[in-house]
Formats: sequence, structure tokens, C-alpha cells
Amino acid sequence: MKRALYLAAAAACAVGFAGTLYLAFYQAPLDRLLLFNQKIFYYHVANAFMLFAAVITCGVASLLYLRKRQGRHDDLALAAGELSVMFGAIVLISGSIWGKAAWDVWWDWDARLTTSLLLWMTMVGYVLVRKYGGPGSERMAAGLAVFATVNIPLVYFSVRIWRTLHPQTSVVPELEGGMRVAMWSSVALWLIFFLLLLGVRRQAAYAERRLAELRDQALDAGLIE
Amino acid sequence: MRTELGGVVAALGAGGVQRGRVSFLRHVAAMAWKDLRVELRSREILFNMAFFAAMMVVLFSFAFLKEGRDGEVVAVAEIAPGFLWVAVLFSATLGMARAFDREREADTMRGLLLSPAPRTALFLGKAVSLFVLMAMVEAVVVPLVWFFFAAPLFAEPLPMAVLVLLATAGVAVIGSVFAAMLMRTRARDILLPVVLYPILVPLFIAAIKGTSGLLGGQTEQAWFWIRFLLVYDAAFVVAALWTFESLVIE
Amino acid sequence: MIDAVVIRGLTKRFGTQRVLAGVDLELRAGRLCALLGPNGAGKSTLLGILSTLVRPTAGEVSFRAGDRALGGGGELRRIIGVLAHDSFLYGGLTAVENLLFYARLYEVADAEARAEALLDEVGLEPEARHRPVRTFSRGMVQRVALARALLHDPRVLLLDEPLTGLDRGGAASLVRTLESAVRRGCVVLVVSHDLEALAGVTTHLAILRRGRLQHEGHSAAGFSYQELKELYHRHAD
Repeated sequence: MKRALYLAAAAACAVGFAGTLYLAFYQAPLDRLLLFNQKIFYYHVANAFMLFAAVITCGVASLLYLRKRQGRHDDLALAAGELSVMFGAIVLISGSIWGKAAWDVWWDWDARLTTSLLLWMTMVGYVLVRKYGGPGSERMAAGLAVFATVNIPLVYFSVRIWRTLHPQTSVVPELEGGMRVAMWSSVALWLIFFLLLLGVRRQAAYAERRLAELRDQALDAGLIE
Repeated sequence: MRTELGGVVAALGAGGVQRGRVSFLRHVAAMAWKDLRVELRSREILFNMAFFAAMMVVLFSFAFLKEGRDGEVVAVAEIAPGFLWVAVLFSATLGMARAFDREREADTMRGLLLSPAPRTALFLGKAVSLFVLMAMVEAVVVPLVWFFFAAPLFAEPLPMAVLVLLATAGVAVIGSVFAAMLMRTRARDILLPVVLYPILVPLFIAAIKGTSGLLGGQTEQAWFWIRFLLVYDAAFVVAALWTFESLVIE
Repeated sequence: MIDAVVIRGLTKRFGTQRVLAGVDLELRAGRLCALLGPNGAGKSTLLGILSTLVRPTAGEVSFRAGDRALGGGGELRRIIGVLAHDSFLYGGLTAVENLLFYARLYEVADAEARAEALLDEVGLEPEARHRPVRTFSRGMVQRVALARALLHDPRVLLLDEPLTGLDRGGAASLVRTLESAVRRGCVVLVVSHDLEALAGVTTHLAILRRGRLQHEGHSAAGFSYQELKELYHRHAD
């Protein structure tokens, strides 16, 4: 049943990627200022949403794990945490390219981009702790994820206020109708992609944990040495 | 003089040990007092932290010298707040790592956890002692920055004091949680800054911008950042209290 | 007054490693139970769970007073005293300061008097009491650690290898303290490899191996050294 769901989602994504390419490049009108370069926006924004979705999923799952110590929460947190690093990287790279195209700088200390950078760095820290933290690293990483999630609004506001002292560059341009369709389709596509990857990765983490538990039960029953 | 253990201990035991009523705050105070007594007696951490911070300030001033109006070489006053807070942050990191290291000798951390003292009291006690140590270091560093950068940090003493207090409290609390979390990890010294600094960024921004505001005479701006720090500290104290216990028990 | 500590189906896994596999054991007041076993048997973990520091993966431990089971956390820790290989003492503080600090954590009334009395009993010379613990010999540290464990008059005493590093006199002294604790009606559990020292005082024997209870026995008169050695060889080697 689950497998069928994953296959369906994967198929939807495949269609979706092709479809949004079409929408973005053929249907949506050209942006007045940036022309073709603006197209990257359709992937950048969707991935930014997914970055935040992944981080918040990781944070909430981590909190549940710390409270209840149930393995399945940790599985979800791990999957979401890893995905947030992936989405974060896409956001930062695409944002940087866009910035170069739009304002001729590779990096601009815009509030949203800076928040994404810090969030990404924190989640890289999360993955590092899980990998190199030694025994008990699930708990430590979970604590970090909770803090990272609490931090999101604080980082955003502090950077934004800080930035109002500097010239503002608008990140999200006005959206015309055609653009709106392309953008929201892109968001929908990446959302399904995120959920698909999350489900599969969580499943893998669960399987690994379950295997270890079964091994213990087998040891118990004397089936293996 | 060695006496027979059995008899007198039995007598004491039978009489029953009275339990005093000690509140949560007194546990916090006991922890903080113990920490400070241990640290200040050896003075090792304090000297290391203070010296390290001072060295950073001096090095920074070399890094950013410019020609003044009269052709003399002066340090750039505008970036003084940045250096002040970077120096404080780095030296604080030294302090927090060492503070929990101490609890690994003779496994006193376990001794603490075995006691009926609430875990949150243990944690707050550590945070308070770290706060005091940082304050002592700041008492050295702030005048140094004032001196080397000719930055009028004492022009508005009240907002400056509140700002420093809130920023220090934030670092102390969050640093204590992460240091406790990573206490038994081999890669602790590397991982601690990696996980801690991104979380501290908003505090950092607030502290620097607030200090610049005070230097530039924009007191309104400084008070804004002070309010921000209040929110930040509150949010993370809650997060820390929620998660600390789960982080130290197996 | 604790009557018994009842352990049922206790299981503990660390990651993929299973350290305890369903242990059932009942510890009664007024008895000294020796927990023996080879390295890696799970003895320290069992002690860790009993002292509330480690959460079991499955199973339960209940501290019974009459028909009542004691609540968790703080209430339990008030009545549990632990003496381990690590001393839990701050090297930079003096013996007295260490005891006074822990007295504050355990809310012991009349702390100064109690600390002095205990230091008398464990036999720490008055000159040494106001010196930092890091200047002490192993034997002296162990004495102060024992005083620390007894400071709050615990009803349950858990000792993890308390005899290592002690000379004959120190070991005998420690065993006498344990005997008096047993007479007072405490629940005493000792993990140790020193069968000689435990002989005669051990009335309850439990042998752990690979996370399982291999053997359990009682002896009203106390197990002799020969008996302990033989049982250990049979079940733990």
C-alpha cells in the first residue's frame, strides 16, 4: 500500500518537474526587469518553503523524541534534518545565482537569505552531531533541532531590523497572474517531492532501527549467536 | 583517631536526619556558589578567559588601524562593538567548555544527578556561574575596548549595563545547555562552536547593533535591541528548561 | 523505611547493543546482596537504573515501603546513596566543603555537625579535612566518598566496586560500615570482584552474565569465600 503511494508520488513528481519546467519557461510571462534570469525564482522560493518545512518538522519531531523517547520520532527527525540540508543548499545556491543576475552581487545580506544561511549552517551542525556525536548523539542533535526551530523567527527579525538600516533590495517581485500559477505549481511540486523523500528516508531509518531490534530478539531467542 | 564505624553511625542513623526545607533557588545558589568557589580558587579559567579576550581586542585593533586626521594611526572606533562582542563570545566558549569539563573529573556530574536537586536547578546554577565569570571578563574587556578604540562605551551607563547583562545572560544560558549536551562527546571542542554560534547569531546582532547605537548616540535604537534581547533570552530560557533534563539522562 | 526493591523484567539497550535482558530480582531490607559477574555483564547498568540515572528500555523497578511504591525522581534520590569507583568529589574543594555542598543538595539539616561526625566515623584526620581533596591519597578519597554517600542517611545503598584501591584495613572498615547499614534495615547492593572481603557478610547472591541473571541464592549465615568462588566459577566463567 505504502509502496504504491510512493510510486504514485514519484510519478507525480516526474510529471510535475516536466510540467513546471513548461509552466515556468513557456507559460509564465517574462519579468520586466530581470527577464529570463527571474525564472530561477520558481525553484528558489519553493525550496525555501521546503527548507522551513523540513526544519520545523525536524524540530517538532525532535521535541517529541526528547519527551517520549520513541524511536519513530527520531526516524522522522533524522529524515527531515538531512532533507533540510539539501533544500538549504538549493536555496542558497539558487539565491546566490539570482542575486548575481539581479543585483550583480553573489551575496546580499538580505534578511531571508541570511536566515536561510544560518538555518542551513545549524542543520549542517545537526547532521555533523548525528554523525560524529558518539553515543547519545540522537538526543544531542534533537536538542539542537529544537533550539534551531525556536531560533527561526528570532534570526529573521533580527536580521531584518538590522538590514533596514541598509538599502533594501526587494526579493519577491510583484506577481502577475501567469507567474502566480507557475510559482504555486512549483511549490506544490516541491512539496510532494519533499513528502516523498521524507517518507522514504524515514522508512529507511525505521528499517535500520527495526533490524537492530529484531537482531536483539533473535539473540534473546537463541536463534543467532 | 579511628573509631569503630558501626556503632556511632548506627546511632546517628537511628536518630534520623532532619530534612530542612530548601527551595529551588537555594539549590541554584548552592550550585553557583560551588562552581564559583572551585573556579575562582584555581583562577585558571578566569585568567585564561580574561587574557584570551584581551589578546583578541589587542589583535583586532592591530588588524584595523587607519590614519587619523592628523596622520596618526588610530583604531577604527566604529567597529569597536563588533570586536568587543566577538572577544566576549570566544572567551565565553572557553569558559563553558571548561565549566562542564570540571564535572567529568571524579564524575561529579553523576554525583549531582544522583542528588534530589531538580535538574533545572543544577542547570541554572551552572548558567549563573558562567554568567558571573563572563561578567568578570567583561569588566576587563569593556574598559580595554574603551581604551584602545577610543569608543565612548560609558557615555550611557544604564542602557549599556542592561544590554551587557541581557546579552551575557543569553550566552550563559544557551552555552550551558549546549556544553552540557556535548559534555561526553569526543569531538566536543569542535562541535560546540559549530552548533552554538548559529543559534547565538540574533543575540550577537542585537548586542553589536545595540552597542553601536549607544556609541552613536542613538539611544532609541539601543533600547529596541535591549527589548529584542529580552524576548530572545525569554524564548531560549524556556527552550533550555524544556530540554535540559532530557539531554542529560541516558 | 524501605522494605524491598523489586526488579521485574529489566531490559536495557544502548543503541543496538543489549546490555540487560530481562532481569528479575528482589532486594530486601536488612540484607547485603552481592552482585557478581564478568565484565560487560550489565552490573553497572543495573546499578545505574536503580540509582534512577539510566532509564530502562523495558521492565520496571519499584521501591516498596509496606504496600506503597515510592514515586520517582527526587523522592527516590533522597533515600538512595551511591558509592562508586569515581568519588563524586570536587578536587578543588576541601573534604568539609564537599560534604557541606552535598548536604545542601540533599537538604541535610545540621550539616556542619553531621559532616564532622561522619568524617570522624570514616576516620579522616582533622588536619586533612580542610585540605583540597586533590591532595588526598586514594584511601582518604574513598573515606570521604563513603561519608558523602551516607550523608543523607540513605535507606538504599548501592556500591559499585567500592573496594578497588583500598588496602586491607580500608576494605575491612568499609565492610563493617555496610554491616551496620544492614543491621539498621537498609537495602544494600554491592558490585565487586573482591570475593574475600564480601565473604561472611553476603546473605544474598546474584550472578549476572551477558545481561541475564544466571544464578541467585540466599544464605542466612552468609556465603563463605569458598562458596562464592565456586558459584562464581560455575555460573560466570
